[in-house]
Amino acid sequence: MSVLIFIDINDEGSVKKTSFEVLTYGAKLARQLGVPAEGVVLAPVKEDLPALGKYGVQKIYQVQHEALAHFDAQVYTSAIAQVAEKTGATVLVFSNNTDGKALAPRLSARLKAGLVSGAVALPDTGDAFTVKKSVFSGKAFADIKITTPIKIITLNPNSFSIEVGEGTAETASVEVTLDAPKVKILNVNRQSSEVPLAEAELVVSGGRGMKGPENWGILEDLAKALNAALACSRPVADAHWRPHNEHVGQTGGAIAPNLYLAVGISGAIQHLAGVNRSKVIVVVNKDPEAPFFKAADYGIVGDLFEVVPKLTEAVKQLKG
Amino acid sequence: MKILVCISKTPDTTAKIAFTDNNTKFDAAGVQWIINPNDEYYGLVRAVELKEADPSATIHLINVGGADADAIIRKALALGGDEAIRINTESADSFGIATQIAQVARENNYDLIFLGKETIDYNGSSVGGMVAELLDLPYISLATKFELAGTTATVTREIEGGEEVCTVSLPVVISCTKGMAEQRIPNMRGIMAARTKPLKVVEPVAADTLTQVAAFSLPPAKAGVKLVDADNVQELVRLLHEEAKVI
Ligand SMILES: Cc1cc2nc3c(=O)[nH]c(=O)nc-3n(C[C@H](O)[C@H](O)[C@H](O)COP(=O)(O)OP(=O)(O)OC[C@H]3O[C@@H](n4cnc5c(N)ncnc54)[C@H](O)[C@@H]3O)c2cc1C
Repeated sequence: MSVLIFIDINDEGSVKKTSFEVLTYGAKLARQLGVPAEGVVLAPVKEDLPALGKYGVQKIYQVQHEALAHFDAQVYTSAIAQVAEKTGATVLVFSNNTDGKALAPRLSARLKAGLVSGAVALPDTGDAFTVKKSVFSGKAFADIKITTPIKIITLNPNSFSIEVGEGTAETASVEVTLDAPKVKILNVNRQSSEVPLAEAELVVSGGRGMKGPENWGILEDLAKALNAALACSRPVADAHWRPHNEHVGQTGGAIAPNLYLAVGISGAIQHLAGVNRSKVIVVVNKDPEAPFFKAADYGIVGDLFEVVPKLTEAVKQLKG
Repeated sequence: MKILVCISKTPDTTAKIAFTDNNTKFDAAGVQWIINPNDEYYGLVRAVELKEADPSATIHLINVGGADADAIIRKALALGGDEAIRINTESADSFGIATQIAQVARENNYDLIFLGKETIDYNGSSVGGMVAELLDLPYISLATKFELAGTTATVTREIEGGEEVCTVSLPVVISCTKGMAEQRIPNMRGIMAARTKPLKVVEPVAADTLTQVAAFSLPPAKAGVKLVDADNVQELVRLLHEEAKVI
């Protein structure tokens, strides 16, 4: 019996930030269950794996195989299933990020293991094994009971604090047999300078109140001063003022940053659905009746074209 | 080419979220039902576009649900698709739904299976991956672009902070997200045609249940907004720094 944590590596060989969250989460869960916390790494990695022990993981299994050079959900699933079987894993933990969303359901079907995706807290492991997850696009929670011997959880990004302690993980390599991947990667376009939106702690978001793409400079300046990622409302992405991956809400991305700063967004229910798990919401809108103020923690009623540059200055002052 | 598009029924995006039966069931009283927007805008519309480019293609829509799903299935048929299949069961979990879809897929040998990236009620993002595994097919999740040349698909998928472009030979299972296609409004001809398109009702196969809902809950209400004067933005920055401690 053990908790097996999938350590997700990006295409540059670095451990993703969400991996630190799942390592902390998985290690705590293992302690709660009184079983070892173990990690698994499939992709080529540049970083020092034993150092990940500081997140509480005791052992890391590394699989080296040419079929794993790039992410392929089918091949990765096969590799993780083999590691899980060889090591007797009883709980598998992933981030509910792009790779986790592709792997966890496949493994659920393969191992006949109940899956809870989008967990927001540690499971309740008293009489049953029950995991709280976000449902109705952040408007509610559900406690889901997993009734199978093997259990799979994907943890929502930014919903569990990373904890760093002391410790070094032991590493071990595992042999697996794999077919060649059927999916071939042609290229990866990543803005490595930017914070990925789903992982960002601070997010500055613009709506139709921005009037046009030519005005985004003031938001970019504010985001830069804060070291925040950018997001937008649906009409903004639909009008191609901003790229699709910045669209948040019911039909876009769901995010849970520490700070969500909404500028010129009315706060329609479908928009709120993607951002209402943010810890602190700040709204800048010229209309005091904008529904967003009801969901906000702080607000400024005013013209964004005046308020935003002043905010940027004030943030710069704070940061010295 | 045979395309299968998975369609699920979800509460309207403005529906009031409340629960009954000791917080174990969604309160459907007065709720309007819609096609899950991720299935409709991205999966279904892209499939219809592919058929417009290649009229020899056939599109089947599939829903796992009771007779109360027929209205949204007809609505989906109004956007496109040749026929629909409804597996007559209320599944207990995503694995149950995936088992039913995989069974139909096995019998019909689809080249392409499209789903939305998630439903807006359960937010599971799980059925696509499960179907792919049950059928032992490749799976590309969170696809924002899909192009076909012969039997080779070129697909762009979201990754953290960017995108990845890949190729794969059909058959393949694809979960679709924003970028795949633009929302369409059904026209009168489509609505008329949908009335007479076949909607087959199929009885379910046995499926395992891996999870069950123990209880629903609502998040605690917000304390109320603290307004700061527009001439005093430094005060907002101070509050965010000292009180909220987020910057
Ligand atoms: C099925 C469905 C799914 C949807 N999914 C999503 C989704 O995922 N995400 C999403 O965002 N929307 C979604 N929508 C759309 C949603 O209902 C709203 O239409 C949308 O969020 C409005 O975007 P907005 O706030 O940018 O624009 P508006 O509603 O037009 O609001 C603009 C705001 O800017 C303010 N403003 C204007 N000028 C200024 C100024 N100079 N200074 C300050 N404030 C100013 C105005 O007071 C107003 O409040 C969905 C709708 C449906 C039906």
